[in-house]
Amino acid sequence: MRIDDPDRISANPDGRPDEAQPSWREQFPIDWPSDDFRSRRDFTKLLGLTSLAFVVGQLWIAVLSLRRRSRARPAEREIATVGELPVGASKLFEYPERGQVCVLVRLPGGGFAAFGQKCTHLSCPVMPEPEKGRFHCACHNGSFDLATGEPLAGPPRRPLPRLRLEVRGDRVFAVGVDEGVL
Amino acid sequence: MSASRFVRSQRLTIVAGILVVVLVLVVLQLWLLTATMEAYLGGDDSIVVPAALASLGCFALNFGILHFYLRKLLD
Repeated sequence: MRIDDPDRISANPDGRPDEAQPSWREQFPIDWPSDDFRSRRDFTKLLGLTSLAFVVGQLWIAVLSLRRRSRARPAEREIATVGELPVGASKLFEYPERGQVCVLVRLPGGGFAAFGQKCTHLSCPVMPEPEKGRFHCACHNGSFDLATGEPLAGPPRRPLPRLRLEVRGDRVFAVGVDEGVL
Repeated sequence: MSASRFVRSQRLTIVAGILVVVLVLVVLQLWLLTATMEAYLGGDDSIVVPAALASLGCFALNFGILHFYLRKLLD
């Protein structure tokens, strides 16, 4: 701060020049104009760091996206037999990797559908309710269509990730993931 | 006219205007981040890289404004 500054109101308590003052005095100025400058400078730094943090977040998503795209197509796996699931019944299984829980349902029309079990709102497990034609998430009362996985009600806006299935004879295979993140 | 010719109150007005511009860019970045995350989680990878580049552009603009111009006014 210049000595001939017109906005300078108070003098340093010990009468020495600014250069001889301890560094903390600059951080905690006495005059309002100096204080305004200090607070704006800090706010400016905060804005710059926030902007940088958003860029880091975007790059992180880009890395995750590239990793997902380069990942090999999941291997097909037998998940059930036709006979073990009567109409309206469901079965939990892990696909494509351990810990990624999915649910297979036998639809009222006789076909099969399988979806990731994580609710697309906040990842609570969804439970099939075939009699109501939906998957229900008890955490926030969200629901998804039993056949398509599209959101029907509640907070979720994205459909459940759908698995591709193939029925060969009496056996049901999961052969890939259609969309979404399991 | 150089920045030092303005009195402090005048400079603070200019600084406030610049900070508003920077703040708008930061809010735009926040919106980009949430929209990208939403799209990524929904299985759509097509906007991830363009959004990252746009966010990087906003940051470059912010950095330019804050580093080269605002610093002159605040020092």
